[in-house]
Amino acid sequence: MELIDRYLALVGFGEAGWGALLLSASAMTLAVSVCGFLTGTILGSVVTFMKLSRYIVLRWLADGYTTVLRGVPDLLVIYLFYFGGSAFLGSLGGLFGYEGFIGMPAFLTGTLALGVVSAAYQSEVFRGAFKSVAGGELEAASAVGMRPWPKFRRIVAPLVLRYAIPGLGNTWQLVLKESSLISITGLVELLRQSQIAAGSTRRPFEFYLTAILLYLVITWASSIALRHLEARTMRGTRSSL
Amino acid sequence: MDIAFMWETFLILLTGLPLTLELAVTSIFAGGILAFFLSLLAVVGGPIGRGFTRGYVFVFRGSPLLVQMFLIYYGLGQFRPLLQDLGLWAIFREPYWCAVIALTLNTAAYTSEIFRGGLKAVSLQQVEAARACGMSGLLLFRRIVLPIAIRHALPAYGNEIILMLKATALASVITIMEVTGLAGKLIADSFRAFEVFIVAGAIYLAITFLVTRLMMIVEFWLSPHLRMRPPNLA
Repeated sequence: MELIDRYLALVGFGEAGWGALLLSASAMTLAVSVCGFLTGTILGSVVTFMKLSRYIVLRWLADGYTTVLRGVPDLLVIYLFYFGGSAFLGSLGGLFGYEGFIGMPAFLTGTLALGVVSAAYQSEVFRGAFKSVAGGELEAASAVGMRPWPKFRRIVAPLVLRYAIPGLGNTWQLVLKESSLISITGLVELLRQSQIAAGSTRRPFEFYLTAILLYLVITWASSIALRHLEARTMRGTRSSL
Repeated sequence: MDIAFMWETFLILLTGLPLTLELAVTSIFAGGILAFFLSLLAVVGGPIGRGFTRGYVFVFRGSPLLVQMFLIYYGLGQFRPLLQDLGLWAIFREPYWCAVIALTLNTAAYTSEIFRGGLKAVSLQQVEAARACGMSGLLLFRRIVLPIAIRHALPAYGNEIILMLKATALASVITIMEVTGLAGKLIADSFRAFEVFIVAGAIYLAITFLVTRLMMIVEFWLSPHLRMRPPNLA
């Protein structure tokens, strides 16, 4: 009982508790994940267009992109953006006569790295979803005289989104967990905050355990939300399962 | 692009490759065994066993591997006297073993789900047919269920191997100098992120390529019945 009391005092909202900081760090985890995921959605759609293009060079480039980004550890991608971005900013500063070190903002690094990696996964999800749009629906749209853009906006995009939701949900969970890697750039998200707390109280076990619990709450809540979303978008379809 | 620098980088990163492979192979192997027992527990353990496996999978798939690794390496260090009494301190003191344990526990969760999917894919008709031929229990499992389940689970298992290969990179965060650890150090020293990234990425892609080819060979070898029959020349 005493053990639990001590634990609750440590992670609670009292005088010596880290609760408020841990919660705001969780909000940061969510923020960087959402930004990274949306960046990935935009970039991923572009890559999907390239994959479905009739030009072999574009298809080839897009396939290369997915192969590389899915085959390389995400930590390396973060290093690339963090150090590469700083070097780039430094040389940009050099052009304007500034000779000092310019650090890459941690939030931007996180957003870009998560976006670039998740774009590789999302483009595959979109491609698969596009393949499952029935050809007849596309022909019907053309037959009633829709030009490419209205056809895309009214027919293709809603259908692709509907089929893509399960895959996008998986990618979201992946992004959420990967966001913990951004802690190495110094962004104070959930893991980084737990590290800080663990360091200053010398109770790493309690804080990492709490971090795991908070991550579990977030992934659990997202999976429930995604299930509802899926059920909602699948209204009006019949399934064999 | 500086070719000489990249060649030097390549030689340095190559020295970390054995460690990356060792981490991956050890944890995939140990994780496979653990996953087998988890699946077994889910099948024969009744509601408690099933609940345990489900909880295990939920916890290890729902939280980041890096935090799990930190909990084991830094978190358990807090219980040093207890671990010393139990004689386990020699293991939890070493970042290498902590990384292996975290990777193993994590992959076991994913792998047990793959096993479950494979077992579920065995159709009831096939089991019924086997029963009709008089097979039951272990014989049925060994001759019918297991071979079919393995074939179904193989593609997903190949993906898991590649994911694990990439996951070993996280060990560098707890001071293990495998390929990514060396790459991170080189980048921090030289500030040539792009060149080092290309070399390190090429090494990982090469291993991934080998793994996918190997899985394709295994798949080919395990599914002779799906291949086209050679034309009858006689």
